[in-house]
Amino acid sequence: MECILGIRFNDFILLAADTIDSRSIVVMKHDVDKFFPLSKNLLMAVCGESGDTTQFSEYIAKNVHLYKMKNDYELSPRASANFTRRMLADSLRSRERYNVNLLMAGYDEVEKKAELYYMDYLASMMELPYCAHGYGSYFVLGCLDAYYKPDMSVANGYELLKRCIAEISKRFSINLPTFSVKLIDKDGIHDQEPIHARQLVI
Amino acid sequence: MARRYDSRTTIFSPEGRLYQVEYAMEAIAHAGTCLGILAKDGIILAAEKKNTNVLLDDENFFSDKIYKLYDDMVCSVAGITSDANVLTNELRLIAQRYFLQYGEPMPCEQLVSWLCNIKQAYTQYGGKRPFGVSILYAGWDKHYGFQLYQSDPSGNYGGWKATCIGNYSNAAISLLKQDYKEEISLQEAKALVVKILSKTLDTTKLSPEKLEIASLYREKNNTKMSILKHEEVKRLIEDQERVEKEEEAQKKREAEARPST
Repeated sequence: MECILGIRFNDFILLAADTIDSRSIVVMKHDVDKFFPLSKNLLMAVCGESGDTTQFSEYIAKNVHLYKMKNDYELSPRASANFTRRMLADSLRSRERYNVNLLMAGYDEVEKKAELYYMDYLASMMELPYCAHGYGSYFVLGCLDAYYKPDMSVANGYELLKRCIAEISKRFSINLPTFSVKLIDKDGIHDQEPIHARQLVI
Repeated sequence: MARRYDSRTTIFSPEGRLYQVEYAMEAIAHAGTCLGILAKDGIILAAEKKNTNVLLDDENFFSDKIYKLYDDMVCSVAGITSDANVLTNELRLIAQRYFLQYGEPMPCEQLVSWLCNIKQAYTQYGGKRPFGVSILYAGWDKHYGFQLYQSDPSGNYGGWKATCIGNYSNAAISLLKQDYKEEISLQEAKALVVKILSKTLDTTKLSPEKLEIASLYREKNNTKMSILKHEEVKRLIEDQERVEKEEEAQKKREAEARPST
């Protein structure tokens, strides 16, 4: 019942994730942070099996960090995404797979562009302008098809995100009251104002 | 099972030296020369071909001494050829494994470093002898551009602007110290390589059959490597001979102009 969304614009990426941790019909926690920073310009939003999400994300984050310690330069977003996908692929045909879906957003300082990678538990990966995981994706992808433009400003991008979340609040039968939002650009990862469903005009 | 092998290959001498490693370097000092020069727009690797027997069928293989490791890196070896084949095979595997994991080409120094860790292992445990090969690596990566590295049987490696391994390498390196200039161009480096080899190799006259020159450069965001053709090597040698003749003639004129005492 989780939902994570990502939208990539020309020089920045917006990632949003819901903040609910539920087991069956019970909401365990309302203020979960589903984001894992991998480096200054690289952020991962993860959803899926509880426990796997943290284990896998920390494993990737520490390996990315180890590379930096060994080599004095960082892994590019593309290389980090490929590495993550390789870990998912190896786990898939092993004793027990990692049941995680994720979005990885990064700004490549060498190529000077923003990149957004969609990965799922079957180790498929795509670099996309916008994507989402969870039931929410059924509602927002159409919205993004209609209103997305790559050259939007941060303010307009944030409004687009609000529009998507309004759609989820209106039509998805599970209550996701809050989405936390992060902005990734050449200067790093920045927290944005969380989006509360009840404040949106639906 | 190390008992079955002479475990003395990988221990220190009383003076703190590793004899097997030093003997391996001795083997390389008698092998065909390899010279590498880092230019601002590429790298030149030159190798002296020792097997120039006319009976050798040398039409259908890429090169005697120069190996392509992956798209962005080549290497040249001096030493025991069979050892070199094992190491270059391993280098190619390492590079492809990196590409499989990260989806991008392996940075040059990481490849050199990885192989050198393997070489070092043979000097510390296993009861096996070290590899009798020194390798010159020429490569390009997005972090540091063109790079030239040298590794030896001990597993040590270093980044160089110009260096030489194999026979007469000391003489070549002292000449390089005088003649190498920073910001040298690829074309100037080709001429410099021929100059140095003609002065240090023991053959009376250089010929294209004895010399193999490869250049690594970038074109349209791709790394390219080409082995210089017979005609071009011939032309470089002839240019060098002409320069030498002029220098000799100049010296003669100066000697004659001086009043005799």
